[in-house]
Amino acid sequence: MSDQIGTLDRVSEFIVRVHLEGPLTLSEEVGIGKDRLTAEVISLGKETATVQVYEDTTGLRPGDPVFGSGHPLSAVLGPGLLGNVFDGIQRPLDALKERAGRFIRRGVHVSPLNTRRRWEFEPQAEQGDSVSAGDLLGSVQETPLIQHRILVPPGLSGELAELAEEGAYTIEDRIAVIKDAQGKEHPVTMQQRWHIRRPRPILKRLSPGVPLITGQRVIDTFFPVAKGGAAAIPGGFGTGKTVIQHALAQWSDADIIIYIGCGERGNEMTEVLEEFPELNDPWSGHPLMERTLLIANTSDMPVSARESSIYTGVTMAEYYRDQGYDVALMADSTSRWAQALREISGRLGEMPVEEGYPAYLAARLSAFYERAGRIKTLGNREGSITLIGAVSPPGGDFSEPVTRHTQRFTRSWWALDRDLAHKRHFPAIDWISSYSLHIDPISEWWKSEVAEDWNDLRRQAMAVLHEESGLQQLVQLVGPDALSEDQQWTLAGARLLREGFLQQNALHPVDAYAVPEKQVKLLRCFVRIHRLGSDLLKEGISLDRIRNALDISGLIRLRNEISNGELEKLDQRADEAVRQLKDLQGKFESKEEGSEEAETKETSETEPSSSKKEGS
Amino acid sequence: MNPLSVREYIGADRLEGPILIIEGAGDARYRELAEVIGPDGSIRLGQVLEVSRKRAVVQLFAESHGLNPPDLRIRFRGHPLLAPVGREMLGRTFDGMGRPMDDLPAPIPEDRVDVNGAALNPAARNYPRNHIETGISAIDGMNTLVRGQKLPIFSGNGLPHNDIAAQIARQARVGGEEDFAIIFAAMGVSHDTAEGFRRSLEESGAIHQAALFLNLADDPAVERIITPRAALSLAEFLAFQHEMHILVILTDMTNYGEALREISNRRGEVPTRKGFPGYLYSDLAQIYERCGRVQGCDGSITIMPILTMPNDDITHPIPDLTGYITEGQIVLSRDLNRKGIYPPINVLPSLSRLMKDGIGEGETRDDHQDLSNQLYAAYSEVQNAREMAQIIGEEDLPERDRHYLRFGEAFENRFLTQERSEAREMSETLDLGWKVLSLLPKKELTRVSEADIEAHYPEDREGTGE
Ligand SMILES: Nc1ncnc2c1ncn2[C@@H]1O[C@H](COP(=O)(O)OP(=O)(O)O)[C@@H](O)[C@H]1O
Ligand SMILES: [Mg+2]
Repeated sequence: MSDQIGTLDRVSEFIVRVHLEGPLTLSEEVGIGKDRLTAEVISLGKETATVQVYEDTTGLRPGDPVFGSGHPLSAVLGPGLLGNVFDGIQRPLDALKERAGRFIRRGVHVSPLNTRRRWEFEPQAEQGDSVSAGDLLGSVQETPLIQHRILVPPGLSGELAELAEEGAYTIEDRIAVIKDAQGKEHPVTMQQRWHIRRPRPILKRLSPGVPLITGQRVIDTFFPVAKGGAAAIPGGFGTGKTVIQHALAQWSDADIIIYIGCGERGNEMTEVLEEFPELNDPWSGHPLMERTLLIANTSDMPVSARESSIYTGVTMAEYYRDQGYDVALMADSTSRWAQALREISGRLGEMPVEEGYPAYLAARLSAFYERAGRIKTLGNREGSITLIGAVSPPGGDFSEPVTRHTQRFTRSWWALDRDLAHKRHFPAIDWISSYSLHIDPISEWWKSEVAEDWNDLRRQAMAVLHEESGLQQLVQLVGPDALSEDQQWTLAGARLLREGFLQQNALHPVDAYAVPEKQVKLLRCFVRIHRLGSDLLKEGISLDRIRNALDISGLIRLRNEISNGELEKLDQRADEAVRQLKDLQGKFESKEEGSEEAETKETSETEPSSSKKEGS
Repeated sequence: MNPLSVREYIGADRLEGPILIIEGAGDARYRELAEVIGPDGSIRLGQVLEVSRKRAVVQLFAESHGLNPPDLRIRFRGHPLLAPVGREMLGRTFDGMGRPMDDLPAPIPEDRVDVNGAALNPAARNYPRNHIETGISAIDGMNTLVRGQKLPIFSGNGLPHNDIAAQIARQARVGGEEDFAIIFAAMGVSHDTAEGFRRSLEESGAIHQAALFLNLADDPAVERIITPRAALSLAEFLAFQHEMHILVILTDMTNYGEALREISNRRGEVPTRKGFPGYLYSDLAQIYERCGRVQGCDGSITIMPILTMPNDDITHPIPDLTGYITEGQIVLSRDLNRKGIYPPINVLPSLSRLMKDGIGEGETRDDHQDLSNQLYAAYSEVQNAREMAQIIGEEDLPERDRHYLRFGEAFENRFLTQERSEAREMSETLDLGWKVLSLLPKKELTRVSEADIEAHYPEDREGTGE
């Protein structure tokens, strides 16, 4: 369907008003002008409609024709999504390049999915079966890594009147016919459209319990996100949001990765496009691109398509979740999406409430993050969507509306700190103000899968770090000499943790990714050393001797020197360090003068208080 | 748009600053070029911002003082504002709208392109991976510039950002490549600044390979919206049609942003931070993103925008949004400048995001990344040590902090500091980095590998910095 339903009345950048001459529905996809620029109806009156155009509107004028489509603005879902990069309205950028050259041109129409390619379909149901939405009809091998399950589309059930035989089909070929209760026959193909603003239906929500393993120590160990959870990365420019998102796209143990470059740099998308086909997924050994799809609305592309890119991406995530996969979706940056909302709202003349944002900002953010979750699908499979959104606060000010609202709707909060980034402490996740509300369920997983003492270790380590931050303030006032030896030892322990554990160079050939075992072994090593040192101090051994017995810089370098495959070396090095400390025990030496131990109550062994928000 | 469809209207209805409203002009096209002709025959250019069946709203790119709307004729040209582009434009000077202003005949354009450009398809880009040696240690060593990068200088009033930009423009072309050109776009800067830049290009002989687009402080602010776009249109043409390597210097982006704010306020748009319009980010991105490399073509566009931060405030919307778009930033420091250090680059908040892929074995040296990380980490300790010294006095400082103080002095006075005419080679910069590092005991160097220490740390001179 693409009848002319009206003409343009008014053009103001990407918002146009249409004088209606035919039927139109809210959210309907429309074509504007001769070139039929992609657009969506955002408000509808009796005689006029307001329409948001997703392409450059240069050259449009009143009187230009407007065409209806009969369907809402939708994502086209089916085999062939993976490995692709799309713009905000799902035009594949490779095909656009073939058609239009280096620059994105408006009015170029390319089909979202390849309609000529034939997929080997393997039927997995029987003719005559009674089927309902979400049931498996068959599958195709979409990439060597991912089997694409062809399911009965939402809203359909009945008798499977016809099912294609094993063979090669395009996504437009009919592979099944379902006869509903009224006896009406519905043909089914391997592709379907889904309105991007409407969440796909599920059977029920499950509570998240398994961590998304990212290989990033500060995340996995201290501020984990569960599969099906939502995490936010707020941070000013240059603090490391994109590097973390790329690292997660590379290393996390999700089945499917959807990466949305939303209003960010063109080169960052190019980087992924150039590197992911070359890099292998550490879990499967397959090229990363086999499990990845990208959506790119770079900052120089039309701002209205920035708003839609988020929905396009999360709809695709739901589609793979419904097939029973664990999907991780990264959105960099959700602030650009919110700003697109603001711009659209401004052009519509809506009343702003705060910093120009419309009143519905919070509702939109919450609706987006609600699409995360671990769920039971209509077809009774388990799947999940983990949402990880970068937030770009203006001036690095976390009290601005987008950051504040995002904090309400996410459960893992990875606050990036400008000072840490300037010191090149990466990832610059501030361990004092970050938190995860997923600790309790996740610690069960770590306990049973990796290490019994996981939670104890992380709490003890966090206590040292918290104590350090208090002591740092003291040092600023009175200088380091005023600290007791015990307190100075806390500073040393915290340094080990900061530089030897928290820091992780995303570009390092050895340390870019740390398996859970490496994380625990490193942490255990530092916690043991710190504990032992405290004991030695209590026994009266001087701080200097303890320090001299340890090769601190060597311990800090362990993370870069010992790869995931040779973790027994880590144990050896830890044992060695512990032995060197223990050796001090026999050789007692008279207490040095000037030691103030007696005066300051030692604190490092007090029962660690966990970071403020976790575990609730 | 059909170029033949020129339409003319006699008389406009309202003029609000640079915004002109023409009732009845319902056949204007969005973003169409409008020529506004005064009673004396003078022509001002404008573009359609909004059009309905009843009226067109045109934004002028020229002063509108003294104009009387009914006296004006408005000619809609049937196409958007086009920028003439061509190789002959090198060696020439243009005004802020791209019109020649050097009394020579207008260069014959090879093409005319939409001055706003279009978004580059990320699938058609090539990720930039080749470094440019600027001869400035603080940049080459720690914030390496890469061909095809957008790297701004964040400065303040009275700091030597122009000297640094001119020095980069002079030194970055070492190797004397034929296909290198400089495009300089000035927005609201003083005559002196523009003249200083021209002189520097003349002295180095680069002026024949340069094009200057000048909108000076006393030129109309609204023209500033076009200046960077005209300059970048030429850059794109030379880079992607003639496969040249182009360095574009845009100064001062703060003036640009303020011009945009003025127009937005006139239009009564909802302001966001400090009165800037919500689209400032996208607008800046449409400028900065016109840079990079593309597949199947050898050329490149490197952009170095300069901006003065109002009150030295890096959180001001213009530096802030710029930092969110560009691939890093070079931040100048008033403190260093006061100490007499040139170039007064504060490396800690500075960053080159593309450095990681433009350095290392094959490009610069294999120890480059770690060395730079180590210098960063050490210099950030210097700040702590200095603060401490303020509290308890230098004499009472622990040994470790005293090392860092010494390192800090050497880093600033020997590594950072150089002459305005001094072009240091990359290897010299890196060696100097190791030298100042050797003021620190080896056990402090946790960012570099044992092997690098072995290879580069002057063994017999631990702690001497010699
Ligand atoms: N985990 C990391 N390891 C190493 N370098 C990092 C890391 N995170 C950030 N960086 C450095 O910081 C720079 C900026 O990071 P980026 O993610 O682009 O910041 P943002 O997206 O917040 O603006 C990178 O170019 C890189 O040099
Ligand atoms: Mg980023």
